Amino acid sequence: MSRIASAFAALRARGEVALVPYFTAGDPDLATSEALVRAAVAEGADAIELGVPFSDPMADGPVLQRSAGRALAAGTTLPRVLELVGRLRATISQPLILFGYYNPFFRYGVAELARDAASAGADGLLCVDLPPEEAHDLRTAARTANLDLIALLAPTTPPARIRTIARTASGFLYFVSVLGTTGARADLPSALPEWVRRVRQVTSLPVGVGFGISQPEQAAWIAGFADAVIIGSAIARWRTAAPMRHRRGWRVFSEPSGRRCAPLPPPARDRRSAADGQRVERRRTRRGALSGVPGADGLQAPGAAVPRLPALRAPRASRRR
Amino acid sequence: MPALLVLERAYARLKRDASFQRELHGWLKRYAGRPTRLYFADHLSRRLGGARIYLKREDLLHTGAHKINNTLGQALLARRLRKTRLIAETGAGQHGVATATVAALFGLRCAIFMGAEDVERQSLNVFRMKLLGATVHVVESGSRTLKDAMTEALRDWIATVEDTFYLIGSTAGPHPYPVIVRDFQAVIGEEARRQIRATAGRLPDVCIACVGGGSNAMGLFHAFRDDARVELVGVEAAGRGLETGAHAASLAAGQVGVLHGNKTYLLQDETGQIRSAHSIAAGLDYPGVGPEHAHLRDSGRARYVTVGDDEAVEALRLLTATEGIIPALESAHAVAHAVRLAPRLDRRKILLVNLSGRGDKDMPTVAAHLGVTLA
Repeated sequence: MSRIASAFAALRARGEVALVPYFTAGDPDLATSEALVRAAVAEGADAIELGVPFSDPMADGPVLQRSAGRALAAGTTLPRVLELVGRLRATISQPLILFGYYNPFFRYGVAELARDAASAGADGLLCVDLPPEEAHDLRTAARTANLDLIALLAPTTPPARIRTIARTASGFLYFVSVLGTTGARADLPSALPEWVRRVRQVTSLPVGVGFGISQPEQAAWIAGFADAVIIGSAIARWRTAAPMRHRRGWRVFSEPSGRRCAPLPPPARDRRSAADGQRVERRRTRRGALSGVPGADGLQAPGAAVPRLPALRAPRASRRR
Repeated sequence: MPALLVLERAYARLKRDASFQRELHGWLKRYAGRPTRLYFADHLSRRLGGARIYLKREDLLHTGAHKINNTLGQALLARRLRKTRLIAETGAGQHGVATATVAALFGLRCAIFMGAEDVERQSLNVFRMKLLGATVHVVESGSRTLKDAMTEALRDWIATVEDTFYLIGSTAGPHPYPVIVRDFQAVIGEEARRQIRATAGRLPDVCIACVGGGSNAMGLFHAFRDDARVELVGVEAAGRGLETGAHAASLAAGQVGVLHGNKTYLLQDETGQIRSAHSIAAGLDYPGVGPEHAHLRDSGRARYVTVGDDEAVEALRLLTATEGIIPALESAHAVAHAVRLAPRLDRRKILLVNLSGRGDKDMPTVAAHLGVTLA
């Protein structure tokens, strides 16, 4: 079993949901990235997505575009990202996933990349702009190197296509929560739980949800129906590890000052005794998922079948820059 | 991606749909001004003293360039797919204007993405687009030119795919766009092939067209692809010179890569980061080239040469002085290659040059290049 699969299996057994922060490797430099990843792991991150910066990141919003720009300006290259993976792997046991665009992978050579990434200690590859129809070479290379190739699903992916993608995917499925690029959103689509449920109907792979998640309440909501919560832009401006304090508290990505931290939902550890069946039950009823978020229950419209996550705080305009 | 699959299926159906083709043909004729003239540039030919040069006058089309052939076609596609909003990237602004034009014509909302650098050098076209009712998004990311406009348009599209049709202007981008654009532009070569046989009694020896993304060249070449004795020559922009790195010659100096959903030759560094392109012609300022051009080059069917900024401006002046025709700077690259080639051939030889657009939009750029200050 791959490190990713076993990590999810262990979380599942404990009734927990993975917190997966995304860091652009090399922003502002590789040493800072290394420190951020170590701190994130120390404070409870269950897996790490390391972004390989690209000059034309077409799936990214302004925050991660600038992040990639800073990383490239600092001289970050794929070989140096692989060295970072090697340094991290020497001391951490959490899954490391390389998240990038195809051209740098292609120029490196997909077989060479899979081989070198695996030997450095990476566990998965995610290629944002490579549709599954064109992914044969990379998939073969990843399989040969025992790397998981993480597939992306969008709200617009039709059911038949979800099935096709799930059949060749491994590790977990990355469900893109919004139509659009990465970047913090005040509101996430209210149909998200239903979309994820549809994915679960056709696959037993874990489903992670990412794109747009900017607030602890949103993370807690998603934790009620997904297997992983992936956070990128909301933490892209971090330069120190100071705010990463509360293991599984979904608080890790609020403002470094701490002033904007929301009251925490109960640590997932408290639910550790939950049997698997109860965990499924928790997924079906959001109330359970959000029960630890003071104020959230009160904001739920009575009888709403598909709850819409309310924006508990009006986001400042600057957060969507 | 599902949107691309829907588009591919819809296009495969409509391509064979007689009513769709009739409708398109009607708009091309009544609205855009097809067929365009094939003009024998006698004065230019005599001045050069060699081969005879014929110009395919796409510059005479409505909106001033060949781009309208494709925007009419894709706008009709968008209507059949019940989309209510068009988005497009543009470099020189010709494709943006042609898109905004069909949006106005068909009552569709329209947003155009244009690099900040191009907005500066093509302010006239920006104004035209706004007048036509389009929203113009100035793209400040990356190199602030055509590739970034395309990247930004793709970003918009993934968020708006339900009501929006992405109207790509070049033979680039993800499949099926390169094929769709080629097919809608193929009318250029089909007409030119008929016309040259009617006036000169035979096929040309060489077909010449400028290549940025490659839509006008593909439009000209496609009808001649099986005419083995017709040489096809694409002209890339050498900008300030290939050795300076400030150019847009992806076939001459690029390596294979993947960008914007297609695999082709790209200007890039050794780690796969895309380099910015340069040409005095904003419409050629793209670090990639349509994948079918890459295929034509690698298969040997077409040949690709380069022309730099200075030579293009000289060709623009020469054509203007001898024929009273001011070409677009993009098209001037093709003219420049004909100017090079013609004196080396005798008068029996025929060069067919695609004059893809008119030069009005470029006057500020040309003036600045020549050191003239406009009031």
